[in-house]
Amino acid sequence: MTTNGHQFAAAPAPWTDGCVDTPAGAVPRVRTTWSAADRLGAWKVRWNLGRMAYSVAPGLYAVGTPSPESPVFVTASYKLSFDHLRRALDGLDGWILVLDTHGINVWCAAGKGTFGTGELVARLAAVRLGEVVRHRRLIVPQLGAVGVAAHEVKQQSGFAVVYGPVRAADIPAYLAADCQAAAEMRRVRFGLADRLAVLPVELVLGFPAMAGVALVVAIAGGLRGGAGDMREILHCGMNAAALVLAAFLAAVVLVPALLPWLPGRAFSIKGTAVGLALVAAAWAAGWLPNGGSGWLLELLPWLLLLPAIAAFVALNFTGASTYTSLSGVRREMRLAIPPILVAGAAGVLVWLFV
Amino acid sequence: MPALRYLRNVTTLRLDAERCHGCGRCVEVCPHAVFSIAAHKAQVRDRDACMECGACARNCPAEAISVRAGVGCAAAVLNAAMGKRGACCCE
Repeated sequence: MTTNGHQFAAAPAPWTDGCVDTPAGAVPRVRTTWSAADRLGAWKVRWNLGRMAYSVAPGLYAVGTPSPESPVFVTASYKLSFDHLRRALDGLDGWILVLDTHGINVWCAAGKGTFGTGELVARLAAVRLGEVVRHRRLIVPQLGAVGVAAHEVKQQSGFAVVYGPVRAADIPAYLAADCQAAAEMRRVRFGLADRLAVLPVELVLGFPAMAGVALVVAIAGGLRGGAGDMREILHCGMNAAALVLAAFLAAVVLVPALLPWLPGRAFSIKGTAVGLALVAAAWAAGWLPNGGSGWLLELLPWLLLLPAIAAFVALNFTGASTYTSLSGVRREMRLAIPPILVAGAAGVLVWLFV
Repeated sequence: MPALRYLRNVTTLRLDAERCHGCGRCVEVCPHAVFSIAAHKAQVRDRDACMECGACARNCPAEAISVRAGVGCAAAVLNAAMGKRGACCCE
């Protein structure tokens, strides 16, 4: 079946529900509820499973029974973005214009320019939007403004861009208020739920590198066990690897969870605090040396290494946060990376040779 | 809950009030409420909240705003320093 801008190779997507006839051809109508498959897909991408291939075909879609006067909502071809939008439009009539962002969400794609003026102008021409609707207005998600220049879209296509709310869920209230977004709808939040939502991807992305570090530390720990028997060597190596992984996990979980309450503005300071807390807890629990002769010297390497690991993991979380600037991250990295490397190297050297 | 704020005095955001028409697009697109309008001119009311996303500069029809736009992502900065492209949260 060939419809307006869409080529369905086999069957139409399961989240469609027939078609709407327009002067520019048949337009697939989308469902406004999530099926079990949609929910499973949303869960999987949070765990980085197939996240880079979770996309919908660019083009025009219908919601409800739209007329030529119905509003047009623009979104990205990342299916999770698209799904949030169609769910928010439940009970409404309108059009959805999906730009080709290679399966990337609105904000990230706008930063790269794929959700941008050029693609928007080209896409609305390709779907012949001017023949489908009589008005000349597009509701673009506010975060798309990073890539879209409203005045240039107007010049190039005649369509006026109005920026909708940051979150699709606010669209019904936005429409009810005659397309006026309350100040709160214009703010990007980074509340607990938002921070925990990005946690699994951080965990999955960071794990291979951290497992590599743990393996190296385990081997070094085994060698450090030296002439001892095999069981002693294994124990020493495994224990060291477990401490490294504990620092990684503590930072990946606690930095997002406790972000507003951890000390400092710099993420590396927040991570250091988590690392020190881990050392204190492990020391108190007897996991780290807290007695016997020379226990302080035994503790020192971990006091250096674990906070350094946690600081680095926390620094990495800047990319998932919604409020760090490039200039700020560059400054933090200039200031934080040297001490992190020095503390980490010093920790390993003290451990191996002192 | 304490507000989430990043480093002070780092943003490259510049507003040229002479050029500003006071259209208010910057207020509309900024996700951190950096701007406000007073006496038909934009003003920067919360400079340190700026995350340099660049939406204001891109949408300013008077070209009164400049900012070195980018993504505040340590992994991307590291990768760029090592000559690789991208590979941040969204790649």
